[in-house]
Amino acid sequence: MVYEKRLDGRKFDELRPVEAKVGVVDRAAGSAMFKIGKTIAIAAVYGPRQLYPQVFQNPVAGVLRCNYNMLAFSGSGERVRPGPSRRSKEISLVIEKALLPLLDLSNYAGAVVDVFIELIQTDAGTRCAGICAASMALADAGIPMKDLVSSVAVGRVGGKVVLDLSKEEEDYEGHATDIATAFSTRIGQVTLLQMDGEVSKEELKKALELAKKGCEKIKDIQVKALKERYVGGLNE
Amino acid sequence: MNDITKEHLLDLFDKGFRYDGRKFDEYREISVEYGISSRSAEGSARVKIGRTEVLAGVKMEISEPYPDNPDEGTIMVNAELLPLSNPDFESGPPGIEAIELSRVVDRAIREGKALNFKKLCIKKGEKMWIVMIDIYPVNDDGNLFDAASLAAMAALKDSKFPKVQDEKVNYKETSNEKLPLERLPLSCTIYKIGSHFVVDPCIEEESAVDSRLTVGVLENGELCSLQKGGDHGLTPDDIDNMVEIAIKKTKEIRKAL
Repeated sequence: MVYEKRLDGRKFDELRPVEAKVGVVDRAAGSAMFKIGKTIAIAAVYGPRQLYPQVFQNPVAGVLRCNYNMLAFSGSGERVRPGPSRRSKEISLVIEKALLPLLDLSNYAGAVVDVFIELIQTDAGTRCAGICAASMALADAGIPMKDLVSSVAVGRVGGKVVLDLSKEEEDYEGHATDIATAFSTRIGQVTLLQMDGEVSKEELKKALELAKKGCEKIKDIQVKALKERYVGGLNE
Repeated sequence: MNDITKEHLLDLFDKGFRYDGRKFDEYREISVEYGISSRSAEGSARVKIGRTEVLAGVKMEISEPYPDNPDEGTIMVNAELLPLSNPDFESGPPGIEAIELSRVVDRAIREGKALNFKKLCIKKGEKMWIVMIDIYPVNDDGNLFDAASLAAMAALKDSKFPKVQDEKVNYKETSNEKLPLERLPLSCTIYKIGSHFVVDPCIEEESAVDSRLTVGVLENGELCSLQKGGDHGLTPDDIDNMVEIAIKKTKEIRKAL
């Protein structure tokens, strides 16, 4: 069956509604909320702070430590068992790698910058939402960076290349292709790329172009949220 | 908590002031927002007490009843002290603080008979609903006990049974049937610092606490659970006082539900 119209009526290159807010966890050095469609992620940054045990310290630069976690009630099916899983550990790792190339931690020798990402509600694209929130939280915490990281999933649904898959699309006819990407739009680098499913070389190229455009839109929203936080100076 | 800060706090208290200028029995502003994870959870809520923010969500599963209560469903309460919410919380399996928090919330709901467990039984001896309540602080600025208890009750109030098809739960659709929530027990925790009783401490006050008493109170003012914590003892007179404050304050907290 040809996929003529998207299940939720969006255009093929249209994002779901996006909301972003900076400064959602008062006790953290930096924090942000990122919502895309029904997926809601919050991220908080603590540090730079001393890293223990000492064996994990890097004597020449700070260490970035990310932790991705789904709240037990945030899954679309049964309760998610609390605590790390193989899935959440891998996602934490790729999020770390997606953020690290844009950060300058050289002044934080021996220290750690902790990023905690919690998913409150999920509807596909959770790691991408987590990266968007984390990047804003790091900026809010004042960690030196070359650029924000923006992230979105693209893929192939029913033979069509689409931007920002919903859960319903991921499950479409049992074989959609899902490609998670993250971009620094200023430097023009891809810092996250994971794919589940099949695509042709041409389709991948097209998908990445679509992802880049989506990330540019997301970045505008991230920047706006950061500016809103600091307009008229810090209120707290 | 260092001794100098504590001395400073006690000094303030003796002059009749609190850290942030409130009265000793005054709560910060309380707000409840329902359905914060309505796509995923059967029920959910966000509670804010001042800057303290706690999320609670309910998921439900069908399971086999316990042999000693074959005609009853049950609840399970879990709290996790997210390192996202407080720089002192560490990653890892739940520590003793998280376990105490979840058990105190559990006790008030269970012993206050908030849910009619008999109505959570689907088929005697074979199938029951298990109501799983998960509690997460997002920002810990003190008094997680009362915020968690309120969030759990709010999430239960927000909950609807998922649909059951071919004896399996279909999480994609909810029925319009609410949970058999018959009573609304709420917790109020009274903290003793020096010779003073305070409610709803902010994080600075909380670190100076000598002892605390969490009191579960029903709508009619009857008590349904108690938990004493902290390193110091309490006299029977102290307990009298604290219970009285709890009964009075839960009436106020209840208005937020």
